[in-house]
Amino acid sequence: MTVKATLRLALSALIRNKARSLLTMLGIVIGVAAVIVTVAIGVGARTSVQQSISSLGSNLIVVQPGSVTQTGARTGFGGASSLTPDDGLAIAKLPGVAAVSPTVSVRTQVVAGDNNWQTTITGVAPTYTFIRSWAIASGRLFNENEVASAAKIAVLGQTVAGQLFPDGSSPIGQTIIIKGAPFTVIGTLVALGQSGLGQDQDDIVLIPYTSAMERLTGLSTVNTLMVSAGDSAQIDPVTQSVTQLLETRHRIVPPQTDDFQVRNLQAIAQTASQTGTVMELLLAGVAAVSLLVGGIGIMNIMLVSVTERTREIGLRMSVGARAATILRQFLAESIVLSTIGGLIGVVAGAIGTVAVALLTHWPTAIPLQWVLASVAFSAMVGIFFGYYPARQAAALNPIEALRFE
Amino acid sequence: MTPVVEVAGLRKEYAMGEDRVHALRGVDLTLERGEFVAVMGPSGSGKSTFMHVVGLLDSPSEGSYRFEGSEASHLSADERTDIRGRRLGFVFQAYNLLPRTSALENVELPMVYAGVPENERRPIALAKLDMVGIAHLAAHHPNQMSGGQQQRVAIARSLVNDPSLILADEPTGALDTKSSQEVMRLFTRLNREAGITVMLVTHEADVAAYARRIVSFRDGLVTSDVVNERRAA
Repeated sequence: MTVKATLRLALSALIRNKARSLLTMLGIVIGVAAVIVTVAIGVGARTSVQQSISSLGSNLIVVQPGSVTQTGARTGFGGASSLTPDDGLAIAKLPGVAAVSPTVSVRTQVVAGDNNWQTTITGVAPTYTFIRSWAIASGRLFNENEVASAAKIAVLGQTVAGQLFPDGSSPIGQTIIIKGAPFTVIGTLVALGQSGLGQDQDDIVLIPYTSAMERLTGLSTVNTLMVSAGDSAQIDPVTQSVTQLLETRHRIVPPQTDDFQVRNLQAIAQTASQTGTVMELLLAGVAAVSLLVGGIGIMNIMLVSVTERTREIGLRMSVGARAATILRQFLAESIVLSTIGGLIGVVAGAIGTVAVALLTHWPTAIPLQWVLASVAFSAMVGIFFGYYPARQAAALNPIEALRFE
Repeated sequence: MTPVVEVAGLRKEYAMGEDRVHALRGVDLTLERGEFVAVMGPSGSGKSTFMHVVGLLDSPSEGSYRFEGSEASHLSADERTDIRGRRLGFVFQAYNLLPRTSALENVELPMVYAGVPENERRPIALAKLDMVGIAHLAAHHPNQMSGGQQQRVAIARSLVNDPSLILADEPTGALDTKSSQEVMRLFTRLNREAGITVMLVTHEADVAAYARRIVSFRDGLVTSDVVNERRAA
């Protein structure tokens, strides 16, 4: 018999038992639908995290202070106060480096007239907006001279501008008070919106890093050094040369660990995608379990079906169905069941994904390879769990099968 | 002309628990083309085993069985299956129709396994349903038909590959008297008008009375083989 004829026989047998066939499929349908929905949400989230990471800046390399051990307790990264503006100036001279900016961040209250707002004051160099690919909306950014003189001037993010000047008047030329010191607003930044981690990137005030060190922290060190490599091919070499340079400057000899950490966005993106891979593996595990349960359901029903249809099998054998033909028919039945179940599951999962996306506005994406893998896995479940019942059917003796009550 | 069935020294024994059952102890019998023979006997006489061997559902332990002139006692299961599907027709006591399947599709079933192309099946099946007088029920499902009508579908199914022999195992066992008579008249008509060879297995004398020849079994042996002078129908 041809494959087509076998599938026909299997389909007509399944249609004869519509309700049972649908219930048998349900396990597979739910399993596949659950996989599709969770994968769609997971992949969507991963894609949007990656997008927001790359939106942080072009070819960005971040140098953070390392961990220090103080009386036995180790602080986390950033705990050490090891980076200075001079480190930044030295890095800027390295080949392949396009720009460097130190950052000094302090969270504090800002006052303008009757309004006040708690925000992050970040002291930076004029190169910062270039490194972050951040444009000025109005006014201007401070220049090198103003940094050198630690001028009391500020550039506002859109959120801060809106909170301090709610009437919509231009903040430029106005005075704001940061920790008791008056700063003159000289510009505003364009809105960036939320970061991939849900932070409002526009809730910020930029001031010269020198001013931040003098007026806000009183320290000679900075929080981070942001470095922009000339192009993406130079990210890795620049990361290495920055590491070597800082080891020399900080006099670090091999048994000692670095008192700083150099990370680039590729590493961060890799971490994010590793997290995503772990998620996908977990999902695959959940998928395998649910499909296994669905498969056991199929095997159960197929065994019942073989017993119930013993006389039918005897009749088919007596009118010319070989044992192998019976085996193929029952195997085809379970494969058709599980594959159709898988296909319905994909459709149900796609509908569920659209529903989730509409309700929660989460980014979603259904990767084609997961759709194909789900359907292929369903078919395999059908073969695996259908083989034993099918063999039972094919092993029947036609005389006994015909007599079966 | 070659006889349809030639059986010589046929023995069949099988294990039933500890015991060995001698179901057939040396049967000799020949069935010519166009015969209508009833095989009679009480239960345990070996008549069912004989039918299974003749119907190639089972193989004999000893002896020779020539079907349409060729030796069939040592065929493999698949070879027997192919002959059953193409050269033999079966009618059972319990009809054994596929449920929730139309009469037409039930009749088509042996052709599916014999590899008859799909577009040729329908007209053949319809012709056989017409032959047994229920072409108007082609679209009906078994549960919409009386027992007699269902048995007619089963008879049409047995005819569909133009077999050289039809084996009917207690075909009236589940039917009332009127339907039984109708089914037996149908067999008589098929035998007389279409020349179809029929072997009927029954333990009821009034059913056997329709046959032209009556073979009686007892304890695995043929005890009588007579021409039925006073044929019913």
